[in-house]
Amino acid sequence: MFRYAMRRLLVSIPTLLAISFIIFALLDLAPSDPTANLPLTIPPEVREKIRASLGMNEPFIIRYLLWLQQFLVNEPLNMIEQWTGWTIGDSENRLRVISWATRSPVVDLIVERMPQTLWVVGMSYVVAVLIAVPIGVISAYRQYSWFDQIGTFVSMLGFSIPTFFTGLLFIVIFSVWLGWLPSIYDTTLVVDSWDSFMAQVRQMIMPTMVLALANASQISRFMRASMLDNLNQDYVRTARAKGMKERTVVLLHVLRNSLIPVVTVIALGVPTIFGGAIITEQIFRVNGIGALLIVGIESADIPLVQTLTFIFAILIVLFNLIADLLYGILDPRIRYD
Amino acid sequence: MRLKTLLMAGAALTLVAPAAMAERGADGQLNIIYWQAPSTMNPFLSGGTKEVEASSMVIEPLARFSDTGEIVPILAESIPTTDNGGVSADLRTITWKLKPGLLWSDGTPVTAADGVFTYEYCTHPEGGCAQSSYFEGIASMEAVDDLTLKITFTEPKPFPYTALVGSESPIIQKSQFENCIGARAPECTEQNFNPIGTGPFRVTEFRANDVISLEANPNYRDPAKPAFASVLFKGGGDAESAARSVLQTGEFDYAWNLQISPEVLTEMEAAGRGKVVVAFATSVERIHVNFTNPDPALGPDERSVWKEDGSNAHPILSDIRVRKALSMAIDPVILTEIGYGPTGRPTCNVLPGPEIYASTANDACLVQDIEGAKALLDEAGWIDSDGDGVREKDGKELSLLYQTSTNAVRQQFQSLIKQWWGEIGVETELRNISASVFFGGDPASPDTFQKFYADVEMYTNNFSGVDPEAYMANWICNKAPRPSTQWQGENITRWCNPEYDALAAEFSKTAGLEARADIAKRMNDMLMQDYAMIPLVHRGGTSAHANTLAGVKINDWDSELWNIADWHRVK
Repeated sequence: MFRYAMRRLLVSIPTLLAISFIIFALLDLAPSDPTANLPLTIPPEVREKIRASLGMNEPFIIRYLLWLQQFLVNEPLNMIEQWTGWTIGDSENRLRVISWATRSPVVDLIVERMPQTLWVVGMSYVVAVLIAVPIGVISAYRQYSWFDQIGTFVSMLGFSIPTFFTGLLFIVIFSVWLGWLPSIYDTTLVVDSWDSFMAQVRQMIMPTMVLALANASQISRFMRASMLDNLNQDYVRTARAKGMKERTVVLLHVLRNSLIPVVTVIALGVPTIFGGAIITEQIFRVNGIGALLIVGIESADIPLVQTLTFIFAILIVLFNLIADLLYGILDPRIRYD
Repeated sequence: MRLKTLLMAGAALTLVAPAAMAERGADGQLNIIYWQAPSTMNPFLSGGTKEVEASSMVIEPLARFSDTGEIVPILAESIPTTDNGGVSADLRTITWKLKPGLLWSDGTPVTAADGVFTYEYCTHPEGGCAQSSYFEGIASMEAVDDLTLKITFTEPKPFPYTALVGSESPIIQKSQFENCIGARAPECTEQNFNPIGTGPFRVTEFRANDVISLEANPNYRDPAKPAFASVLFKGGGDAESAARSVLQTGEFDYAWNLQISPEVLTEMEAAGRGKVVVAFATSVERIHVNFTNPDPALGPDERSVWKEDGSNAHPILSDIRVRKALSMAIDPVILTEIGYGPTGRPTCNVLPGPEIYASTANDACLVQDIEGAKALLDEAGWIDSDGDGVREKDGKELSLLYQTSTNAVRQQFQSLIKQWWGEIGVETELRNISASVFFGGDPASPDTFQKFYADVEMYTNNFSGVDPEAYMANWICNKAPRPSTQWQGENITRWCNPEYDALAAEFSKTAGLEARADIAKRMNDMLMQDYAMIPLVHRGGTSAHANTLAGVKINDWDSELWNIADWHRVK
């Protein structure tokens, strides 16, 4: 297992390098100009100077290697320094990945936004799993019952209605008509009392539920399908024949076996938590990673977009590996060595 | 004993309460929403409107433009003119006097050296300063004494109020930015996010592309202002939900730049929580006519390239009768009503303001005249001989390619105009290009508005500040974008008239408001009467504020937040 994990980790290094190059090349080849959004009153000579000051006139390969060095060497060194308080080498003049639009280090922007994304998107994922697993289990156990029909209907809705629609619908109902919940996420809110905690809960309800609905419908379908597969297996009949309580049969034997593929699906979905929910964050103005990516794309902030997409790539590769390893741990029949 | 003191103090406070209305910070928090989030508080490093406006609460210039377009002193004691001796008779120097006793928000005094430093900061060749055009034509800037700033120009400058005037070129603190000059500018994140200023507020926390928290500046020059103790400046999202948060849910007090469908805006306003305010400055949505030949068969050195000898003229549009007919077929009144509602006005000028510069000579364009347009095309020899609804001449169809950026209102305009032009026998092919490419200015892209690989194209342009000299100089011959200038240049139509060039030269030497207004009007009329452009809508800046917020004077000449120190809460 350990050897397998190490081998996979080593293989992922060239994979990630290739991905980083492709992302960089794609962004570089795509038509974009960081000065495009400036007012037309700013003359072209000034625009040219701005582009030059951003280092855009350097050759492609130099910019790529520079970014690679900044991201893979300088940023980790900087992070170690911040955690430990040590000074490693010439830290004063070490170049970090600088965002073009804000002229501040990209990693700082990401760190600033991570908590909101983890809270809102992460919470929605937890909620989604908590809703989806029981729904999936009951739907499968009582297949074609009214509960199953309703569950299927709701998950089809959640599956097919995009979040930008449910988000707006929630805002119109709960903020405009009823006035119960805020339509805009206040990112400056500090939770230090019961009231502010409730305010935080209230502003999290809508974005969390919108995302949870979408995620839960997906997971509950997987859960249901997997339960159905197992319920008809011989070992279930054996367990029942041995006189086990129905509860034990379903929750201990069937559920455990059915969870194996579901856990994989859930693990593969984790990178999307870090990736943020681009549309939902935009609608509710949650200043998470997804919103940051959109702003970066709109203002042609290439270093920011490059760094974010590359981090997503790392997470996806990593969680694919984790999902594979989990599979091995959960299912004793699978051995990697 | 203590309880008694407390009660006494309480009673005293209640008595004082009515007077406290005019006290700094008495009105609590002000919530502002900009649907584009500022990425920095340093307008010199960004140039975007959102950054300029956000920073205008913190850093201030010597003088600003008021909501009526008048220049008003801010950090300066008064506006220097030739009459009061502040501007020298030869128009080569201007001497500003700072108000005495001004303090930065950190408590140190504001001096003329800060102004000189700002000039050096923005003109450093490696700094990439987005506002360096404000400092053009300056030979030197010196601090004569702590409160006197003298600017010397390389040649006579009839309108000297550019450097350090207006929200785009405010004064930054020398001691804060001293080590941030040139190539080091982007490294100063702390300074760029938290500039020390003289404005009514100072930054307490800046989160890039998200939210800015500000509090009243304890050292602001007027001890009774600002009325608000703190400002929450939220950014991001879209215009429609920003409008909703002010007009319908009441979560915010002020929302900026609400470019949304006029019906939606009116409907939201009907909720009665706030109102929409509009200010007009100089933005005009117009159609540019290509005077050069954009034929795709031509090579890159010919296609849409202006030649000094006029050899590469447009085969159809170089005839003024065709241009005039195209203009006559359009109804700017209907376009304005559909696309902009109360936030736009139909216009016949490319220079619609300030008031004294606005010409009235071309107002006939407001009336649509389909029949007249048809007659004009007949006269020009364009006849529909084969009965397919499209006119021909010498075997060539009267067919035009009409491009603009991708934007719902613009596409609506395109289809209406295509219909009108169809009525007079002109076939129109429509095209829209993503705004970031169209306005991107990439010389390698064939789709930029500068390259103009089309017959007509539509977008909005304007000028900042109140003086149109530089703007009117956009249409002189040699400003035509072409390969030898890397496709840079503002004369997008490639229109060329030596008389106009001579007027532009005269404009740059003429002092005195009235004489300047006269020249500007003549230049505008020349452009309009030759149908070099077809103006459509004079666009206003649209914002909304809550009914509980008073003191807002929306301003399109300067930052909309220009008088935020006077904003207050009405109960």
